[in-house]
Amino acid sequence: MYLKGPDELERLRKQVIEGKKAEEGQKRVVLCTGTGCRGAGALEVSEAFQKELDRSSDIELKRTCCHGFCERGPITVIEPMGVFYQMVSPEQVSQIIAETVKKGEVIEDLLYKDPKTGENIRYEKDIPFYMRQMRLVFGHNRLIDPTRIEDYLATGGYKALTKALFGMSPEQIIEEVKRSGLRGRGGGGFPAGRKWENCRRAGADVKYVICNCDEGDPGAYMDRSLMEGNPHRVLEGMIIGAYAIGASEGYVYVRNEYPLAVQNVGIAIKQAEKMGLLGENILGSGFKFTISINRGGGAFVAGESTALMASIEGQVAEPRAKHIHTVESGLWERPTNLNNVETWANVPVIIERGADSYSNIGTEGSKGTKIFSLVGKINNTGLIEVPMGMTLREIVHDIGGGIPGGKKFKAVQTGGPSGGCIPEALMELPVDFDELTKAGSMMGSGGMIVMDESTCMVDVAKYFTNFLRDESCGKCTSCREGTLRMYEVLDDITKGKGREGDIELLEELGWVTAEASLCGLGQTAPNPVLSTIHYFRDEYEAHIRDKKCPAGVCRDLITYDIDTELCIACGKCKKECPVEAITGEKKVPHEIDQDKCIRCGTCMEVCPEDAVKVQ
Amino acid sequence: MSEKELVRFKIDGLEVEAERGSMLLPVALDYGFEIPHLCHHEAVSPYGACRLCLVEVTKNGRTRMTTSCTYPVEDVIEVSTDTDQIRRARRLLLELLLARSSRAELIQRVAKEAGVTETRFKAVDDDCILCGLCERVCREVVEANAISFVNRGDRKEVAPPFWDPMACIACGACVYICPTDCIKMEEKGDERTIVRWKRTLKMQKCKSCGKPFAPLFQLNWIIDKASLPKDFYDVCPVCKQMG
Repeated sequence: MYLKGPDELERLRKQVIEGKKAEEGQKRVVLCTGTGCRGAGALEVSEAFQKELDRSSDIELKRTCCHGFCERGPITVIEPMGVFYQMVSPEQVSQIIAETVKKGEVIEDLLYKDPKTGENIRYEKDIPFYMRQMRLVFGHNRLIDPTRIEDYLATGGYKALTKALFGMSPEQIIEEVKRSGLRGRGGGGFPAGRKWENCRRAGADVKYVICNCDEGDPGAYMDRSLMEGNPHRVLEGMIIGAYAIGASEGYVYVRNEYPLAVQNVGIAIKQAEKMGLLGENILGSGFKFTISINRGGGAFVAGESTALMASIEGQVAEPRAKHIHTVESGLWERPTNLNNVETWANVPVIIERGADSYSNIGTEGSKGTKIFSLVGKINNTGLIEVPMGMTLREIVHDIGGGIPGGKKFKAVQTGGPSGGCIPEALMELPVDFDELTKAGSMMGSGGMIVMDESTCMVDVAKYFTNFLRDESCGKCTSCREGTLRMYEVLDDITKGKGREGDIELLEELGWVTAEASLCGLGQTAPNPVLSTIHYFRDEYEAHIRDKKCPAGVCRDLITYDIDTELCIACGKCKKECPVEAITGEKKVPHEIDQDKCIRCGTCMEVCPEDAVKVQ
Repeated sequence: MSEKELVRFKIDGLEVEAERGSMLLPVALDYGFEIPHLCHHEAVSPYGACRLCLVEVTKNGRTRMTTSCTYPVEDVIEVSTDTDQIRRARRLLLELLLARSSRAELIQRVAKEAGVTETRFKAVDDDCILCGLCERVCREVVEANAISFVNRGDRKEVAPPFWDPMACIACGACVYICPTDCIKMEEKGDERTIVRWKRTLKMQKCKSCGKPFAPLFQLNWIIDKASLPKDFYDVCPVCKQMG
């Protein structure tokens, strides 16, 4: 259906909403088939449901994308009851249909059990993981089948676009975004409204807007899940932005490793074109705007704005100096406004609710909410959305549910591979752009990797430095050689070859890498090293001076021993040892031959008595 | 034609002027300031890879370090070319380059001028410093597009696209521009080889003097590109001049 004007859009929305109302009481299985749940087997569950439902025409299966609580996937909500089932397997499907969908009986085993109270929880809203969140941008994912534009319209989709096109001038929109305090969610945190304003002012016949969906941080997937789960929301933000800026062409630059995101945004673009929400004369307003998809080849640095533009142009993704801003001369030397997925997805909320309402959320310098991907040594792995300014403690302990296995929290790395590691002492830090920077880390695009006491901070710094060494584009001497040499020094330290002066050398290298490099990758690359030196200097010193790894991680600096008092001589370690380094007979405590031992830790893992100790 | 617009600013306290749109490094060099640089060449566009031409630019009360080769001159700026920070950064950059290209004479010399004679890092001997001059001269000046960057990070190298030198016309522009002399050209009999790209081409023999004077592939490429008569290069330029 081609919509000729805003009235027709509203008529259609009314129809869709009335249709949904008529379906009230409809028996429906809502299943997350986002990438996280797919990893846990959601497609098999979906198939099992489909098979069952083929026999009962009155039950509907709705496949959404990410609900956020990935730790507990596959996630299913049974409507109209709204009961929330977790870790659903294909074998449980027929029971769910027979008992819950048909008879309204709750299967206790499938409910989420609060580890603190031991009680089963029926509804999503009552689960601690969700209770403290504010899911302004991400919340609609659970209501939407991303392949159906009607679902998006039912949540109020494209209302903001109508308001912008028919009730606001481009200048008013920019003013609204400026007043909202929205800052770029991709890493830089630059005020979005100011960027738009500068791009609008740049005179040119053709201007571009770009959506950056080249999320490449290990363990981070918020942009992916937004694009997979609610692509129209991102498109709506882009169309509003393009109208405000005066752009007629847009690009979605999305990683090719995100096949579902590529697919869903592709479907969404076609639907929007068909309905007159994209293309010539959008909703009869006279505004013309088209969007093309560009798939990225997987280089981390291609997420840097100028490198991304080079990549769209068909060049090697290599950043250039930005003394001439991309809002003046970007893609094909035309004014170009680039924002990331989450930034664009915030725009419809701001336009619809107004800047004042939006800027009530968050802190002085960081407004609105932020989506974080909470991963690592944490009980509730998943995607969370919280108001800016929530403390790290609330995020890690209240929402994240703390550290598994009764271990102690050690640090959280924020902002992706080039973020810093923040220690326990700063757990009361309110998380926003400025506070994270002050603590030697950064917001980045919102990755949060939690580490427990069994993590070696030198090893962590080495891991991320190696990632950045590998992903540096190699243009700047400071970044290419700096990350390489920092990695070499760190590698030596973890292998017991550290020397006095290595910490100072790392600090020097970190300084020149940050100060002399051209783009954000190089400028932030030393963060993992410098922040761990700052907060965990004693661990570096233990490695260098005492040739010890206090966390028991660095293989060359540890020894495994069997406590003869605790050993029950069960023979498990002897059997599992890959190098036959363990000797011992029945009823005789076992021993490890240190010359043969490769310090893989297998004996420690399999010992039922915790008799294997690491030093 | 309208007159070129001039901007006026200060370098190390000296009032200077330059055309709007020019980059800071060539302006400073013209005025006689000594700023080390390895990836800049007047024939090609600025790139900003070696980072040696760092200067401090003060604008609206804010000072920051930036490469002068990619900085467009402006009216309001004050430039310092030789501060403690800059010297410290340059020395570290040169120490890093010296470790990468320990045998390259140019690097040894520039490092020595900055007071760096040793490196604390494991030295290797890759003479290519990835300045990208060969890639730019081939693309922008020759327009043969026969050289590109391959890989990234510390594995980055300059190489023919897909390691196939089929587009190379063996003109030798890359040989000429390479600051560390790591691209070599050899001529044996009627063959010319660009060693680094593994490109060997037969040379055209002059119909007048009989001497091989340029690769046939290159001559045909020029004839094609410039729409010249097919026999334009039958005779070498020397014989042609003598009539």
